[in-house]
Amino acid sequence: MENSGNTTRSAIETNQLSTGYRTNHVENILFNNLNLSLQTGKLTCFMGPNGIGKSTLIRTLAGLQKPLAGEIHYFPEEKKKEAPLSQKIALVLTDRISMPNMGVYELISFGRYPYLDWNIKLSKADTMIIQQAIQQVHIEHLVDKRLYELSDGQLQMVMIARALAQDTPIILLDEPTAHLDLNNRVQMMNLLRKLSRILNKTILVATHELDLALQTADEIWLTRRDKNIITGIPEDLILQDVFDEIFQFKGFDLKTGRVDHEVHRNISIKLIGNGHEFLWTKNALERNGYCISTDQPDFVLTISNQKNTYAWQLNEHQSFSSLQDVLAYLGSESKK
Amino acid sequence: MIKPPVKIFTSWIVLLLLLTLLFILNLSLGSVRIPFSEIVSIVMGRGSHNEVWTNIVWDFRITKALTCILAGSALSVGGLQMQTLFRNALAGPDVLGLSSGASLAVSLVFMGQVTGIQFLNSPSAWSVVIASSIGAFTIFFLIWSLSQKLRDNTSLLIVGIMIGAAASSIVSVLQFLSKAEDQQSFLLWTFGSLGGLNWTEIQILAGILIIGGGIGIISSKALNAWTLGDNYTQSLGINIKQSRFLIIFSTSILTGAVTAFCGPIAFVGLAVPHLTKLLIKTHNHRILIPAVVMMGASLLLFCDIIAQLPGSKYVLPINAITALVGAPVVIWIILRAKRLSV
Repeated sequence: MENSGNTTRSAIETNQLSTGYRTNHVENILFNNLNLSLQTGKLTCFMGPNGIGKSTLIRTLAGLQKPLAGEIHYFPEEKKKEAPLSQKIALVLTDRISMPNMGVYELISFGRYPYLDWNIKLSKADTMIIQQAIQQVHIEHLVDKRLYELSDGQLQMVMIARALAQDTPIILLDEPTAHLDLNNRVQMMNLLRKLSRILNKTILVATHELDLALQTADEIWLTRRDKNIITGIPEDLILQDVFDEIFQFKGFDLKTGRVDHEVHRNISIKLIGNGHEFLWTKNALERNGYCISTDQPDFVLTISNQKNTYAWQLNEHQSFSSLQDVLAYLGSESKK
Repeated sequence: MIKPPVKIFTSWIVLLLLLTLLFILNLSLGSVRIPFSEIVSIVMGRGSHNEVWTNIVWDFRITKALTCILAGSALSVGGLQMQTLFRNALAGPDVLGLSSGASLAVSLVFMGQVTGIQFLNSPSAWSVVIASSIGAFTIFFLIWSLSQKLRDNTSLLIVGIMIGAAASSIVSVLQFLSKAEDQQSFLLWTFGSLGGLNWTEIQILAGILIIGGGIGIISSKALNAWTLGDNYTQSLGINIKQSRFLIIFSTSILTGAVTAFCGPIAFVGLAVPHLTKLLIKTHNHRILIPAVVMMGASLLLFCDIIAQLPGSKYVLPINAITALVGAPVVIWIILRAKRLSV
């Protein structure tokens, strides 16, 4: 894919990379001939169904696992002294942390290990970096807690602070939003986006959050059924219909971002109004199988909003103060 | 300003007081009643008017108390390392089959005749020590060479348990085939003994254990990282093969040496790390290892006091006591803490 003239450099480049497992004489290839490039300072979302090999690719990119074939180059354009991989890439994995009594600060300080000798004594500079990491993730209030006191969302934030304390240009995250509620998921993705912008971190996130990824990612890596990965900016990929091909949506239209509703009631309604209230009224009616139409409607529903007090007027004589009442009335009407 | 959580120094004082108290108590109890003031005087090097008392304290009680300290601390450090490496609360220093290997070698010394091979006519103390060391280190090399082929630590743990079980079953076969008196001497060895060491033996044991413990201290960074699992360990820049070797090597030295000199002492290595973490809530092995040393020494001193059955002339086998004391302690911890932290 053309990079539209942007002069971003790559943090990781793969050359004919194949990933998977080799057991005895059987090769289980998950991805084949990957020629990917992870752009510096960008948030890239890595999407695809479960079990397709996202975690394996992340582990391979992080150097934890040997590739079956091909090469991985880190910062190929830079002619710097070779730093160990542990000072280039930090990880947030799905591995369970089974240390309930460990302190939050203790866990975050592990991020400094690539820079410490056997004596593991934190220098002033180390504690400064740890403090910055804590502030960047806004978890100052969690520092004195133990891991068992944290919620899933808080634990993930601590794990990200640990990765930041490792002070690496690249962070790879495997499903950091799994098990989080919507609010925490949004917070997580916004944080990652902020980190990539402000700290110029190169971030790769494996995630299932299609809607969030489309709204936050600079670039999407999308797994394909032919053991390869297609890349591009979210909007291009949507317009090319590649998501539909891979996820095989059933009743969801990605271009409108809406779930398809079946019009099962033979009643059409003309809606008059604007703003959020218009959208949500439309949603309520469509969800219940009414057809929104302007020509020859059975009913006309007018929405009025006075200082955030909403009212609905049906055919200019029935008035309602909630959508529930509107639906109840329409329901009884349609039975007649 | 965010500051690292302050270490609790009171825990250290508690541990130090506990150790000192139990050491003194251990010295003052025994089949011969010696006044407390006399013991203090003997320990301070001023001697006693009763030459026999001086001999008893110097050659029996102090050597035994020191053996307790050495064995208790070494086994506990071994247990801590295994629990961390395998992220398993039930691991102990003998989990890799080291004690079983040592037992097998020693059983061959005592009961080898049944196989048609006469190893030694009359097994001496040193031949038992040497056989036991050879047994433990054979197991270590076996485990280490297998670890090269194994992907993860859990597989290694299972292999270790299997090797231990196989070695134990060979011992059972030998016992079944042996004469009663040979069985008896082997059985006495398996009970464990803390009292049989002279000063030379203690010096040798201490020297070996300092090497093993030193390797453990050097491995602290790797041990800390292992608490997060092997993926994170590797991503933090730790050479997992090398650190795994050092951790297993250190545990083998500690467990092998103690088993060689004192017999297979069970349970201390399993229980002490849990007890220690209850007192000192950290996962930093730079703090945990010294703390476990003090707690392990204290617990074995305590077990030895119980084994002497204060006020009686009987001495119970130490191995019976460690489990008797250790089991309720572990159950109590589990009930209290509700979650075991490895």
